[in-house]
Parts: sequence; structure tokens; C-alpha cells
Amino acid sequence: MAILQLALKSLWNRRFTAGLTLLSITLSVALLLGVERLRNESRSSFANTISGTDLIVGARSGSIQLLLYSVFRIGNPTNNIDWQSYQAIIKHPNVKWSIPITLGDSHHGFRVMGTTPDYFKYYRYSRKRPLQFQNGKPFTDVYDAVLGAEVAEQLGYQLDQKIVIAHGAGKVSLIKHDNKPFTVVGILNKTGTPVDRAVHVDLRGIEAIHIDWQGGSPTPGMRITADKAKQLDLNPKTITAAMLGLSSRISTFKVRHYINNYREEPLQAILPGVALQELWDMMAVAEKALLAISLFVVLVGLTGMVTAILTSLNERRREMAILRSVGARPAHILLLISGEAIGLCLLGILLGIGLLYSLLFIGQPLIESHYGLFINIDWPSTYEFGLLGILLLASLLVSLIPGIRAYRYSLADGMTIRL
Amino acid sequence: MSDHVIAIEQLRFNWPGESSPILDIPSFNINKGERIFLKGASGSGKSTLLSLLGGVLTPQQGDVYLLGRPLHDLRAAERDRFRADHIGFIFQMFNLIPYLSVLENVILPLYFSPLRHARVIKNTTAEVEAMRLLAHLDLSGALLQRSVTELSVGQQQRVAAARALIGQPEIIIADEPTSSLDADRREAFIKLLIKECDEAGNTLLFVSHDASLERYFDHCINLDSLNHSAQVVS
Repeated sequence: MAILQLALKSLWNRRFTAGLTLLSITLSVALLLGVERLRNESRSSFANTISGTDLIVGARSGSIQLLLYSVFRIGNPTNNIDWQSYQAIIKHPNVKWSIPITLGDSHHGFRVMGTTPDYFKYYRYSRKRPLQFQNGKPFTDVYDAVLGAEVAEQLGYQLDQKIVIAHGAGKVSLIKHDNKPFTVVGILNKTGTPVDRAVHVDLRGIEAIHIDWQGGSPTPGMRITADKAKQLDLNPKTITAAMLGLSSRISTFKVRHYINNYREEPLQAILPGVALQELWDMMAVAEKALLAISLFVVLVGLTGMVTAILTSLNERRREMAILRSVGARPAHILLLISGEAIGLCLLGILLGIGLLYSLLFIGQPLIESHYGLFINIDWPSTYEFGLLGILLLASLLVSLIPGIRAYRYSLADGMTIRL
Repeated sequence: MSDHVIAIEQLRFNWPGESSPILDIPSFNINKGERIFLKGASGSGKSTLLSLLGGVLTPQQGDVYLLGRPLHDLRAAERDRFRADHIGFIFQMFNLIPYLSVLENVILPLYFSPLRHARVIKNTTAEVEAMRLLAHLDLSGALLQRSVTELSVGQQQRVAAARALIGQPEIIIADEPTSSLDADRREAFIKLLIKECDEAGNTLLFVSHDASLERYFDHCINLDSLNHSAQVVS
């Protein structure tokens, strides 16, 4: 008790340097926890790029490839699904809803995705959040388009804007479907997922702009106008992929088995969560590097503290000799010096946690609106508590360094006052 | 031996790595209530002797008894406790802890000695007793509120004396307490210290190289005459 009071008074006496030391520990702890939090949130946000979808169906290839083109719109499908197969699959008794998608065209580098209005009804991302419109409504007409938030923002599009879809996925496209322009009827809210970078149109629209095409280019001498195309049968012959919602989780493997063994054509169904995890694991090196860096920052903070205390130790040998002469044991001296370091660490950890949470509360809405990354403000996880425990243990060990040094000094010096 | 507050027998002490002992004292006794002036030049082993008496060092040979207790039988922590309970030290200078107030400096030994603490609070509180002692040493009023670093050297030494006296330890050991004071202050300080020791009945061991201070004390002992190893060298 007495030693604690002495340590506190001594610290207060050196409050400026102690304050700086405290600041560096506080910042490093906040950084470590912040990086850890961000890492987890971006992982879970990544895992929640798509949510509520039980299976993704596509032509047989790799699961990551299917995930990449169906969800992230990266790369191209190896093959399509026949419309008849799709119809057969969605008739499976366990399929509750389905979203067909067709890719292949683009608009100024943004992928155009053909789908049905069910997309806006059933598609979920980030812990079952539905898509929301910042403006307008889902498409109803063949030539309606709904823009992702980033498309509208980057291209400066408003509702009722006419846009022309280009053939192919490249940024520069030589062939444009300029005889059949689309009208923007809706703009979605930011989601922080690839949805933001997509132009959504009706499957019939995709069919209509290709109706006078054959084998990837316009059929010479055969032009069907936009209005005329509407009269024709616009049911698609093929789709790129489909997302399925099932009646129960348990039926997932049954339906997947059914699709993987579908007789008419080689198909595969993947569980998006599992595929996302596989994909994330491929990118895990970067996040681990980030964690390692923040651990090093904490190490720097602790080293700074030890340096500051060790530097002060020489000046304090006199103080230790006086304490010895009034009856302090060398163990008291150890406690006095180590206690100071431990106190600084403890306070730094507490302040660091406080700082992190205040930043989270301030930053949460900003991060969500700018990056679409929703950060949950929760109590520290068991993992984070573990991290804090390690931090505490590390600071205890580190605190022993100046303590043991002071202990040695006081054994050697005794009551002899060195100047 | 029972009357001896301090008794040393056949003491030999070697610093590690030194070939000959710095101290070789066949016998040295101090009776209860005595005022002893121990004279010794610097380097004569004075500080070593005081560290041995304080229990911070232990001799390779021989015994040190304080108040009849053999220090060599005590463990290190017990010796520290014994020092806290029974000895008040005053050093040459820089006696005070800079971040504590004057009163806190005086009360400091009570934190380490429940015995002295109990003695003080039997009649009064620690603060009141500290103020009483400081007043006896001519320190009072606004001085007590000052930071100890703002006090003059003479004032600091009197605060140190009050700290050594609080809780009435049986032995007061003063190591060159006046060497940083000028002549007038020196005399005043010694007189105050002796008066306080008389009142409380402490035994005083006053160590100095300054022979002019001898006249204030009952007995004067030359360390060199006690210490055989010094005689061999000279």
C-alpha cells in the first residue's frame, strides 16, 4: 500500500515523461485492437458479400471460379446453364426462391447483369441486409436498368438517364448495342459489395439486345428495332449462373447432390460461405502482415516505456538508497519500479480500449457511408481478451526489466548514496 | 552485553576482490543512551561499518549485536525490518525524497515499521508527531508546505533528523550530517539533535571526520584505533 502511494507520487512527479510514455502505449494498444477489429470486420464483411443464398449454381468448373464470376463479377464463366436445366432445378421441392443471372455485357467497364425482379426481393448481403434503393424502383420494362451506387456516382447518372450497353466485358468495346438504349429507373444504396459496381437489367433485356445477333456479332442485314423485339419471345435460352434459396438449411446437401449429379449437363452447386472462406484464406497473408505490424508497434511502445524508466533509474538511485535506509527491502524497490511500469501499462491498455471505442463510435457511420463497411460495436471478443491478456503478460515481463535492475542497484548500493 | 545497544566482536569484513579486510574490529561496544562521536577519515571504512550496523552488509567473520539481537542470525528481510524498527539514519546530504512533501518525508519510516507507527499513534497521529518533531527542530509554518527541494541544506538536514527520530528508534546513526553546513548551523544542528536524543532516550552514534565536533559528545572514539586493519596499513 505504502509502496503504491510512493509509486503514484513518484509518477506524478515525472508526469510529463510518464504522460508521453502513457500516450505511446495507449496509441499502440488502440492500434493493435483497431487493426484486429478491422481485420475481423472486413473478413466478416467479405464473408457477408453474399448472405442468405444457400447455393450458387453454375457450369462445372472450380468453386472459387464460380464464386468469382457470379458474386464478384471477376473473370468469365466457362460455360452457361441451359434455361431448361434451370427450370428443372428450381422445381426441386426444397428450392424456395431463385435468382438467375446472366453476364457478358458491360457499360463503361461496369459489368451488366441480367436478372429478374426477384433479385431485389431475395438478394441479401452482410448479415441478411436487403438491397435498398436510394432512388427509383426495380426494373419492370425490358429496357429498364438499375444501377449500383458506385456506377451512378462515378458516371454521374441520374434517374431517366439513357444508357447504351456495350458487348463484352472490357472497358473499351467496339460493338455497342446502341439501337436499344436502356433507361435508368433505380439507383441502389451503397452496400460495400460488388453490387455497387453492377448495372442490373432484366433477363429479357439481355435477350432483346442479342436477338438479332448470331455467334457473338450482329447478323448482317437483319436489324430488329427495340419495339419490335419486345413483341418476340424473350425467354432466355441460357443463363450464366443462379442463386438459390432453400426451404431449410438441412436440405442444402440434398439439393447440392441433386445439382452436382444433374444428368442433362455438367453443373455444380457451391455453398457461398465455404467458397468465400477458401478465397479469403488465399488472401490471409496480407491481414496477418497487418496484425504483425501492429504487434510490433505495441512492442515499440513497451520498449519506449522501458527505455524511459531505465533512463530515470540512474537519477533515482539516491531515492532508492534513502528508502533502503528507512527500512525498505530490495523487494520493495523492485515493486516500486516494476509497479510503476505495470501501472503505466495497465492504464495504457485501459485508455487504449477507451480510445478505440470512442473512435469506433465516431467512425462507424463515416466508414459505413464511405466504404460500405459496417463495423459492429461489440464487447471485446474472447480472442481480443486473449490478445489483451498477452499484452498484459508482456507488460508484466517487460516491467520486470527495470525492476530487477533497480533491485540489483539497491543490493549493491545499500544505503550508500551515489551522486 | 545486555546493556550494550551496539556490540561488535571479532568483526572482519572484506570487499569482494580485495586482498586485505577493510574492517578488523576485535571489540566495540556502545551502551544505552550514550552519545558517541566516531571519528574517521574518508576511506577509513566508516560507510562500510555503518552498512554493517544497518544490516545492509553482512560480515565474513565475527558478530554484530544490536539491542542484544545477533544480526547474523537474521535473514535479509528481517535485517531490513530490524533496521526500520530500531535505527534512524541521517546522511551527509540529499536525505529527502524529492517528490514527497516535508511531512511525508518525516513520516516515511512509519510505512516500513509498524512498530514505530504503533508507538506514534498510541498518543497522537503521525502528522501531529511529525509537526511536533519539526517544531522542536525549528521548522514550522509555511516551510512545511514547501517542496523539499526548495528548502535550504540546513533545513533539509533538520527534516532528515526529524525523520530519523520519529517513532523513537533506539539508535540514531548520523553519518557526516553537518559537513554541508556552515559552522554556525553545524553547532545549532548538533545541539538540537542531542537535545532531541536526550528527550527520547535514543542512543546516538555520530560519525564525522571533523574533530572540532568532539566537544559536544560524551565519548570520542577514533575508528582507526578500533580497526586493526587500518593500523596494519599505517
